[in-house]
Amino acid sequence: MTPPKPMIEIDEVTKYFGQKLVLDRVSLTVNRHETICLIGASGSGKSTLLRCVNRLVEHDYGTIRLDGVPNTDPSFGKTGLQRRTGIVFQSYNLFPHMNVLDNITLAPRRVHGVPRPEAEDRGRAILARFGMDGFAGSYPEQLSGGQQQRVAIARALMTRPDVLLLDEITAALDPELVGEVLSIIRGLKDEGMTMMIVTHEMAFARDCADRVAFLADGEILEIDHPERLFANSAHDRTRRFLQRITQGGRL
Amino acid sequence: MTDGPHDTDRRRGPPPPPPGRGFDWRAAALPSAISAASILIVFGALAWAVTSAEQWPRIRLQFFNLDAMIAAFPRVLQGFWVNIQVWLTVLVCILLWALALAILRSLRAPWCAPFRLMVVIYIDLFRGVPVLLLVLLFGFGIPALNLPGLPNSGLFWGGVAMVLSYAAYVAEIYRSGIDAVHEGQRAAAKSLGLTEWQTLRYAILPQALRNVVPALMNIVVALQKDVALLSVIGVRDAVREAQIYTATTFNYSSLIVAAGLFLLATIPMARLADYLTRRDRMRRLQMAG
Ligand SMILES: Nc1ncnc2c1ncn2[C@@H]1O[C@H](COP(=O)(O)OP(=O)(O)OP(=O)(O)O)[C@@H](O)[C@H]1O
Ligand SMILES: [Mg+2]
Repeated sequence: MTPPKPMIEIDEVTKYFGQKLVLDRVSLTVNRHETICLIGASGSGKSTLLRCVNRLVEHDYGTIRLDGVPNTDPSFGKTGLQRRTGIVFQSYNLFPHMNVLDNITLAPRRVHGVPRPEAEDRGRAILARFGMDGFAGSYPEQLSGGQQQRVAIARALMTRPDVLLLDEITAALDPELVGEVLSIIRGLKDEGMTMMIVTHEMAFARDCADRVAFLADGEILEIDHPERLFANSAHDRTRRFLQRITQGGRL
Repeated sequence: MTDGPHDTDRRRGPPPPPPGRGFDWRAAALPSAISAASILIVFGALAWAVTSAEQWPRIRLQFFNLDAMIAAFPRVLQGFWVNIQVWLTVLVCILLWALALAILRSLRAPWCAPFRLMVVIYIDLFRGVPVLLLVLLFGFGIPALNLPGLPNSGLFWGGVAMVLSYAAYVAEIYRSGIDAVHEGQRAAAKSLGLTEWQTLRYAILPQALRNVVPALMNIVVALQKDVALLSVIGVRDAVREAQIYTATTFNYSSLIVAAGLFLLATIPMARLADYLTRRDRMRRLQMAG
């Protein structure tokens, strides 16, 4: 068997917001085609870690490599890093004044110079794949939360990124809409997408993650295969966190 | 909601819509009659009180003299046409110049710091000085310098003064609209690789402008009246023409004519501004709900 190839290497990354230490020497390697779920209490730094990868947030110390190249490397140019990573947010963040097709073709057309017909063909194909073919001309406010989130995923995939970052993408959805979004993620995993997923859906994490990382106070306290971590974690804090979550009826 | 024991009800179809959704003349008649009567009574009493005052004949002669009004009307109307032209020209310049200021101020790149500071100083300066003072300073002062290669008319420089002053307010309105766009929109645009300028151009500004339309409408109305300030530097607008008539006849009816023309233009715009504000509020409520 060939040794797994690292796609994202997070090495001793530290981040402060002002005086507040938010990430404390976090190290984590995500292999190609691997799915990592990040779990942890609110404020533990999950979103910040995700945003450091595509430089929505600039970390203070340490390095993050993408396919072996530091994400601060000038060879990425202005847009290379964004082309190779896609991020989806909890609140969708679609552009409300653009229709679905314009939302997802904005970056290919304006940033990467893809001609309009080609970008729109690609856009329609992705929408069709996600069961959104009838909605190319709709505006975000006309869609359900689940539909909006599917469009947001499509938007993130339009530049064919190597890495997908998902930040609690089902947290704002009504329970009956969660499934349609998670099944898309499941499909992407089966195709071999490399993903970092922040989630509170423990059942999904158990089912879909290759490894689960538990963050507390800006540190990765534990990272393990989901079965092991959920069934018998070595750490008190992890166990307490999982207990709280399951009492909330999430598992 | 209606299952189980109520199943038989459902087969009969839904009940008819409640009466009175449409406009019911009979029900509306009495309240309408009461409002109409009370309006007549109150305004009639006011009119009676005014016209029966001892001074009324003199007032009517000085301010509401029909002959004087008719005599002054052509000149005042001609002046008002100047107002409209200046108003539209100045308005376009203000909207564009203020947009440039707001964009400069909202750029976050470090090298933009000097421009941001310049805009802040500009806005503080021009908001802090009365428009009238600026109009006098520019409209009389600059033509007096006889600068080579620059226009020498008081109208031009007075207009410039109005643009500079109003743009300071409008830039702040734009900025409040830009700030009101959710931070997540910037994050989304940045994550897609848009440059800061592209983020503004494609993601932020379209939303910001939509947010500030009602506030801008109020500026548009205020500006329409303030164009009359240019009369102090001799621009022959409606107010100036009316004043000239007043100076020769000692009758103020011409000013009332000018006032009527301004009202004719501003009242519909004020109603439109109200309507846009209301529509905007509805849109926000819907989005929140
Ligand atoms: N832009 C910012 N400025 C200042 N502090 C911030 C900023 N973003 C996050 N923080 C702080 O950093 C800490 C970690 O935030 P982060 O959003 O990464 O947590 P999280 O694990 O994603 O939490 P949640 O589950 O609530 O999303 C929090 O204490 C938060 O208040
Ligand atoms: Mg978060």
